Amino acid sequence: MATASSARQSQQWVGQPLQRREDSRFLRGTGRYTDDVPHAFALHVAFVRSPIAFGVIRSIEVTRALEIPGVVAVLTSADLGHPSLTGFLDRDEFVTTSMPILAHERVRFVGEPIAIVVATDRYIAEDAVEAVACEIDELTAIVTMDDQVPSQIPIHDAAPDGVLVDLRMFTDDELEGVLAASPLVVDETFRSGRLQAAPMEGRGALAEWIDRDDQLVVTVSTQLPHQVRTGIAQALGLVERQVRVIVPDVGGGFGFKAVLGREEVAVAAAARILGRPVRWAEDRLESLTASFQGREQEYTVRAGFTEDGVLTGLAADIRCNVGAYSAFPFTCGLEPIMAATEFLGVYKVPRYASRSRGIASNKPPSNAYRGVSRPQIVMVMEGLMDRAADRLGIDRVEIRRRNTIRPEDFPYTGPNGITYEPGSYLEALELCAAQVQQLGWWQRREEAAPGFIRGIGIANFSERNAYGTATMGLRRMPMTPGFEVAHLTMDASGDVTLTSGTCSAGQGHETTFAQIVADRLGIAPDRIKLRQGDTDLTSFGWGTFAGRSLVIGGGAAAVAARKLATQLKEVAAYLLSVSADDIELSNGNATVRVSGESMSIDDIAKTVHFRSHLLPAREEYLLESHGSADPSGMFSNGCHAALVEIDAGTGAVCVLDYLVVEDCGVIVNPLVVDGQVRGGIAQGIGSTLYEEAEYSSDGQPLAGSFMSYLVPTAAEMPPIAIHHLETPCYQTETGVKGMGEAGTIGAPAVILSALNDALRSRGAWLEHVPVTPADMQQLLALPIETESS
Amino acid sequence: MSESCEITLTVNGVRHQVSVEPRRTLADVLRIDLGLTGTHVGCEHGICGACTVLMDDQPVRACLVFGVQADGSSIRTVEGLAANGELTDLQQAFSRHHALQCGFCTPGFLMLAEGYLAETPAPDRVAVREMVSANLCRCTGYQGIVDAIVDVAEQRFHERPI
Ligand code: FES
Ligand code: FES
Repeated sequence: MATASSARQSQQWVGQPLQRREDSRFLRGTGRYTDDVPHAFALHVAFVRSPIAFGVIRSIEVTRALEIPGVVAVLTSADLGHPSLTGFLDRDEFVTTSMPILAHERVRFVGEPIAIVVATDRYIAEDAVEAVACEIDELTAIVTMDDQVPSQIPIHDAAPDGVLVDLRMFTDDELEGVLAASPLVVDETFRSGRLQAAPMEGRGALAEWIDRDDQLVVTVSTQLPHQVRTGIAQALGLVERQVRVIVPDVGGGFGFKAVLGREEVAVAAAARILGRPVRWAEDRLESLTASFQGREQEYTVRAGFTEDGVLTGLAADIRCNVGAYSAFPFTCGLEPIMAATEFLGVYKVPRYASRSRGIASNKPPSNAYRGVSRPQIVMVMEGLMDRAADRLGIDRVEIRRRNTIRPEDFPYTGPNGITYEPGSYLEALELCAAQVQQLGWWQRREEAAPGFIRGIGIANFSERNAYGTATMGLRRMPMTPGFEVAHLTMDASGDVTLTSGTCSAGQGHETTFAQIVADRLGIAPDRIKLRQGDTDLTSFGWGTFAGRSLVIGGGAAAVAARKLATQLKEVAAYLLSVSADDIELSNGNATVRVSGESMSIDDIAKTVHFRSHLLPAREEYLLESHGSADPSGMFSNGCHAALVEIDAGTGAVCVLDYLVVEDCGVIVNPLVVDGQVRGGIAQGIGSTLYEEAEYSSDGQPLAGSFMSYLVPTAAEMPPIAIHHLETPCYQTETGVKGMGEAGTIGAPAVILSALNDALRSRGAWLEHVPVTPADMQQLLALPIETESS
Repeated sequence: MSESCEITLTVNGVRHQVSVEPRRTLADVLRIDLGLTGTHVGCEHGICGACTVLMDDQPVRACLVFGVQADGSSIRTVEGLAANGELTDLQQAFSRHHALQCGFCTPGFLMLAEGYLAETPAPDRVAVREMVSANLCRCTGYQGIVDAIVDVAEQRFHERPI
C-alpha cells in the first residue's frame, strides 16, 4: 500500500527548503491577479447596496443613473431573471434557504447588493450608484443570537425562529449521570467575535461571453474554480461546458474565497445579458462589510473531571451566528458541524453530547475562515483544562498530560466516532513544556517591570484536514468534495506539465508539487510546471481549502509521477536492451543499475515524440499519466506556548515570545511550512487581541476600513520559534499531512491561556475573544489576591 | 465629472504624458493608464501600503495621491527594480527569507524598504520592524520581511563605497 512506496521513495527534493518558483514574478510585479488581467474593452461594475440591515424593498429607481454619460446599464434582480444560489445540506435538521444574486423583495444586511451598475469606467459606475434611489421599509434588525422580534416577519420565512440548522449529532444518555457524579464540573460560556479573513486582494471577476467557444469565460479570484463553474452554470441556466473559470494569481484566500459570491455571478450575468466584457474589483469597504464573515460563536459547556483532573464527560451547547444567508457551496452548517464533530481535539473524553445551531442574523453570511470553528473549540478545550487545573490545584501541563490521547491509544476512536491515526500529541506537549523551561520563560514571567504583569499560555491541539469523500459524505452536501486527479505530460524537451484541480492562493504549490514529482521522475523541480486554476485545462477537482491541496492534490501528483516514471523506464529499457526493473531515474538520466549505462530523460522524451518508429508499437503513445487520491482525512497536531505581558496601566497586551511545536507528517518544504505557521499565528493573534467585525444594535457595520478592522502589523508580532516533529501519514503516498490552518487554530487558545495566567492573581478569568484594552482595564481594576502560580 | 488635465510624469525612467480627470488616483494612472499593474491596491484608504511607490525618491501611497499631484514628478514602481533582468539584492533576500506568500503586498513592501534604506543605511532590527509596520501583509506574519530587509541593510552597509 501507500506507505510501502513512500518508504522506498528516494527524497532528493522533498524536504529541501527550496526558494519558491512563484517568487520571481511576484517580486517583479509581473504576477497577475484578477484585476491585473488586461482587457481593453471591459466595462466596469459598481454595486448599489442596502444601507439598512433588514427591510422590504418598495422600489428601485434607476432612471437618473442611466442618464449619466458612460453608464451602460443598471440591472436589478428582475433584469437578471431572479437568479439565486442555494447552499444546502440534505438533512432534516437543516432549513434550506436561497440567496438571491441581487436582493429580491427583502434586504437582509447592510451592504447586500440590490443592483449592478455597468459603466465605461469605475469612477462613473460609482457616480451612478449614488443616483439610484431605493425605497426600503425598514424592519428591526436581528443582530445578536439573542435578538428576537416576534412581531415582525422573520429573516427567512422557512425559519420563523431564525434557526437555520439545529444538530444533535452526538447524544449520550449516561452523560448527565456521569456529570452529576463528577467531583468537579466546570461550567462556562465561551464567546468569539465576528471576523473577516481580510486577504490583501479582495474578490474580483472579469466575465466575457465568447461565441466561438459557446462559453462564458469568467476570470475570478477564488479557491474553488470548479465549484464556481458549477454555481455560475446553475444560476444562469448553462451547462458546465459553457462556463470556463480561470483563476490567475490569488492574493490570499484563507477560506474567504472558498465560496461563490453573488457579485461574481452578477458580473457573469451582466456580461451574458449585455454581450460585452464586464469586470469588478471589490473594494475594502465591500470586502469588510458585504462579503463573508465568520467565527461569531458561543459555547456553553459543562465538563466533568475526577479529583485527579481526568475528564469524565462533556456537554456542549454551541451557537453560531451565521448571518443572513447560507453560503454556496459549504452552507451555513459549516461552522456548527465542524464545532460539534471535532470538539474533543487531542483529549480522551469518555462521554460527549452536543447541540450545535446556526442562527440567522442581519449580518453578512458566514463562510469558511482559516480553521473553521477549530480556533474556538481549541480555545474552549484549553480553557476548560486551565480552569480545571486551577480548581483542582494541578499543574496546567500535568492536567493536559493526564487527558491527552497517548501513543499506545492509536488508532483511537472517540465518542465523536472519529478514528485518530497516530500523532505526536504527548510528545509535542512534552517538548513544548521542556522548551518553555529551557528558554527561561518561567524566570522571565517573574521579571516583569513594575506596572506590568506577565503570563505563560499553553495549548495542545490537533487539526483535522484533507477531508476526502468518505468524510465529507457524512456532511450530506449535494456535492461531496474530496478526491483530486492530477495529470502529467512530459513534452519533447523533457519538461513536465502537471495539472491539478487545487488552486493556490499563495501557498507555493508550484514549488512543493514540483518537489514531489521531481523525486519520482529523477529530474529537477524547475523542469516541472504546475498549471492550476482553469476549468478547461485541469480535470475536475475541489480546489484549495482545509489543508487538502498538498495532501490530496500532491498525493494524486505522486501517483501520476510514479506511473510516468514507469513509462520512462519502459522506453529506456527497450532502448538499452535491459529490463525496466533494472532502470533507475535520477539526475535527469535513466541509468542501468548494474552496468551504469545510461541515457538522458530528455533523449527518451525526444525519441517518444519525434522518433517513435524506433520503439515497438505501444498501446499508449506519448508520455502522459494521471493519478488520483482520496484519503479519508487526517490529523496534524501541535503544541503552542506564548509569553505575554499586560500593561496594568493601559490594559495593552504585548505578546513577547511565541513557541510552536508542530507535526504535519512529512515536510515537503520547510520554508513553506514555517511561513504557513507564522502567517497563521499572525491571524490567530489578530483574532484574539485586535480584530472584530463589530455591528451597532441596528445592524450597521462599525468596522468598514483598516482603521477600524485592525489587521496586525509587524509591530504586534512576537518572534516565533518553530520545532518540527514528523509522524508520517498512512493515507497518502507522500506521508504528508495538511498544515495551513494550525497557526490560526492554536493562537487564540494560547494567548487566552497566557492572559488568564497573568490575571490569576486578580481572580480574573477571560473566556472570550477578542480581548480588548477596555476588557483588560476592567479586569485590572479588580483587587490583587495573593500571588500563586 | 470634470475636465481632464494633461500631466507629465517619468515612471521608471520613461516619460509619459497622460490625460487624467483631477479625481483619478496615481494608483489608477499607473495601473490602468500605463498598464503597470505591479502596484496593487489593497484598501484605497492609505492603510495597507500595497500601493506604495517612490515619488521623487520618497515612499508614497499611490491611492492617496491624485495623478495631477504627480505631474512633473519621477515615479519608481516595482517594475523598475530588476531593470536589467536580474533580481535586486532586496528582491533576492525576500525570496531567500520567504518574505512573501501570495505576493499581493510584496511590491509595496519592496518600494517602502527601498525608500527607507536609501535614507537609513544602517538600521537596527527594531527600527526595521517599526518601518515594516507601515504596511500590511496578511500571509507571512512579517518575520521573513523583517529578516530580508535586515539582511540586505547589513549587506549593503558592508559593501558601501568608502
Ligand atoms: S491601497 Fe493604498 S494604502 Fe492600501
Ligand atoms: S504575501 Fe500575501 S499579503 Fe503579504
